[in-house]
Amino acid sequence: DQVLIITPETQEQVDILKNVSTQYETALWQPVSPFYMTEQTEVHLFVPGKSYETVQSLLQKHDITYIEMQTMNGTDPRSTATFYERYHSLEDIYDWLNRTSHDNPTKVKAILVGSSYEKRPLYALKLSFSDRPNRKAMWIDCGIHAREWISPAFCLWFVHYSLSFYNYNKEITEILNDMDVYVLPVLNPDGYKYTWTKNRMWRKNRAPSQNPKCIGVDLNRNFDANWCQGASPFPCSEIYCGAFPESEPESRAVADFLRQHKDSIQMYISIHSYSQMLLFPYSCTLEEAGNHNDLFEMVQEAAQKIKRFYRSTYKYGAGAKTILAPGGSDDWAYNLGIKYSFTFELQDRGEYGFLLPPSRIAHACNEALTAVKTVALKVLEKTQ
Amino acid sequence: MATGELNPNHFPARRAAKVVQHYLNTRYGSPYRLFGLEEVLSATAEDVDDTGRRYHLQISAHEIISNRKQKCSAEVFFPRGEPTQPAEVKASCEELLQNTTAQEEALYQRYKGNHSLLSAQYIPDSQGNIEPDMMPFWHLSIAASSFIMLNESTENTLYNMAQVAQITQLETESDELKFDSLMLLHDMVSQEILHWKLLFTWSPAGGVKVQQMKQIPKPHH
Repeated sequence: DQVLIITPETQEQVDILKNVSTQYETALWQPVSPFYMTEQTEVHLFVPGKSYETVQSLLQKHDITYIEMQTMNGTDPRSTATFYERYHSLEDIYDWLNRTSHDNPTKVKAILVGSSYEKRPLYALKLSFSDRPNRKAMWIDCGIHAREWISPAFCLWFVHYSLSFYNYNKEITEILNDMDVYVLPVLNPDGYKYTWTKNRMWRKNRAPSQNPKCIGVDLNRNFDANWCQGASPFPCSEIYCGAFPESEPESRAVADFLRQHKDSIQMYISIHSYSQMLLFPYSCTLEEAGNHNDLFEMVQEAAQKIKRFYRSTYKYGAGAKTILAPGGSDDWAYNLGIKYSFTFELQDRGEYGFLLPPSRIAHACNEALTAVKTVALKVLEKTQ
Repeated sequence: MATGELNPNHFPARRAAKVVQHYLNTRYGSPYRLFGLEEVLSATAEDVDDTGRRYHLQISAHEIISNRKQKCSAEVFFPRGEPTQPAEVKASCEELLQNTTAQEEALYQRYKGNHSLLSAQYIPDSQGNIEPDMMPFWHLSIAASSFIMLNESTENTLYNMAQVAQITQLETESDELKFDSLMLLHDMVSQEILHWKLLFTWSPAGGVKVQQMKQIPKPHH
C-alpha cells in the first residue's frame, strides 16, 4: 500500500488523475473530492498494494510525476482517517509547523512568539494569502489548556482548510483576501506534552509555585483583566491565577505579541473545549461590552448556522452570563482595543468531555470553522 | 442569585438542569440507557424562606443510546446550611423508557456466570477511544457515578464524568454484578478533577445500587 503525492501539471493530467482516483480501489485523501483537482494542486492518493503497479504504469505513461509518502502497513486508511482527524503529539505538531511553512513559503510563515516555562518554542503560523495593502489580521490561539486536545486539532484543521480551499470556497477566499491570520496551535506546550506523557487531565502550565507540592498556573486566568477576581490565588487550584498578571512566559509572550500588533489585529479568537459555547467579553464583569449587540449578533448567526448545517446546539452570549472566567485572554484583548474578541468552546457537552474520540474531530472542527468564518465575515462587513 | 424567571441559557438554570440529568441517570441509567441534557426550555427559581432555593425546570433530555429526545419537568431543591445537604430532585418525563431488557439480560448473563471477572482501566483512553465490549460498562459507570454527582451538586458546581480510571468486577454471592471502581469527575466551575472510589452493584432487575462512595485526594504533580 502506498500514498502518492502527485502534482498534475496540465489539464490532461488532471483529467487522468480524476479518473484514477475513482478507480483501482484508490482513496482520495486530498483534495476531498476529484472536483477540486486542478493543475498545480497537490493530490494525495492512497493506492492499495494490489493496484499499485497498474496505477504506477498509468502515471508513468502520461509523464505524471509522483512521490511516495510513508508506506502504510496494510491498514485501510478509510478506517485510520486522515492526518487531521487524529490527535498529534507535540513533536508531530512541531514537525507539521515546519513542513507546512516549508511547503507553502509564500503563504505561510512560522513566527516565534516566545517560549514556555520549560523552554519550548511557541510557534505561530502567519497566513498571508494576498498582498493587498493595509491588511488587517485575525489571531486564533489553541491549546491554552493542556487537556483540551480538540483545540490544537482545530488550529491544524483551520490551516489545512485555508490552504486547501482558498479559491475554492467563497467564504475563506474572501476572508484570506482581506485579512492575514495568525494561528498559534499550542499556546501551552509544556502542559500539552504533560497530557501525553503523565496526566491526561492536566490543565495549567508547568511552572512551579510557592507551594512545592503544586505546579502550574491557569494561563487563561493570568491575563490582566480583572485579574484574580473570582479565580483562585491558591497554587494548588486548577484555576490558579498566578503570582501576578502575565507572570507566565506563555501568557506574556502572547500579550506582548498582541500589544506589538494591535494596530493590525482586529479579531481575537481563543479555542477551548468543552461545552459548545460561543462567547465574547466580558467574563470578568457583568458589565456589557461597548459593542455587545454587534458581538451578540455575530455569535448568534454563527450558532444558527451550526444548528442548520450540523444540527448541533451551541449556546452563545457574553461570558459572564454563560459561564464566568476572569483574567481571560479574550477580555484582555478586548480592553487592548481588539473589539472583536471571542472564546469558542468546542464539542462536546459532557458525554466524552475532554476525551472526544477521533471520529468526532471532523464534526467538531467543521462546526468551529463555521463559527470562525461567520464571525470573520461579519467583521469584514462591519469594518469596510 | 436571580429569582423568578431565569434565562434558560444562562448558567444558574443550566447548573440546576444538570442535577436533573444526574437524577435521571441514577433512576434509569443502565449499560444501555443514559441521559444527557439537551436543552433547558424554561426555568424559574424561588427562595424557600431560609431553608434553601427551589428551581422549577422544563428541560429536553436526550437518551444518548437510542438518540431520542423527550421533555421532562423537574423540581430541584438546594438546601442551605452546614453541613451541605444534597439536592432534592423530582422529575417526570413524557415518554416511556425504551425497552432495553433483552440487551441488559444478555450482558448480565455473560458476566454473571463468567469465571474471568471484568477488569479494565482508562475508559475512554487518552485518545477518546472505547473498545466496543467496554461501551456498556462505560455507560454503567456513568450511571453509577451519577449517584456521586447528584450527591455533590450545588448551585456552584457543574459535574460531568471525565474518565473511568479503573473498574474491577468482584466475586459476589448475591444476584447482582458487583464492581469496585475509581471514577474521575470533572467540575466545570472549579475545573477540578475529583477522584472517587465507588463500590456498586447492578442487575437488570435491580438497576444500579451504590454500596460505598468515597472521595480520595488528588495526587499532586
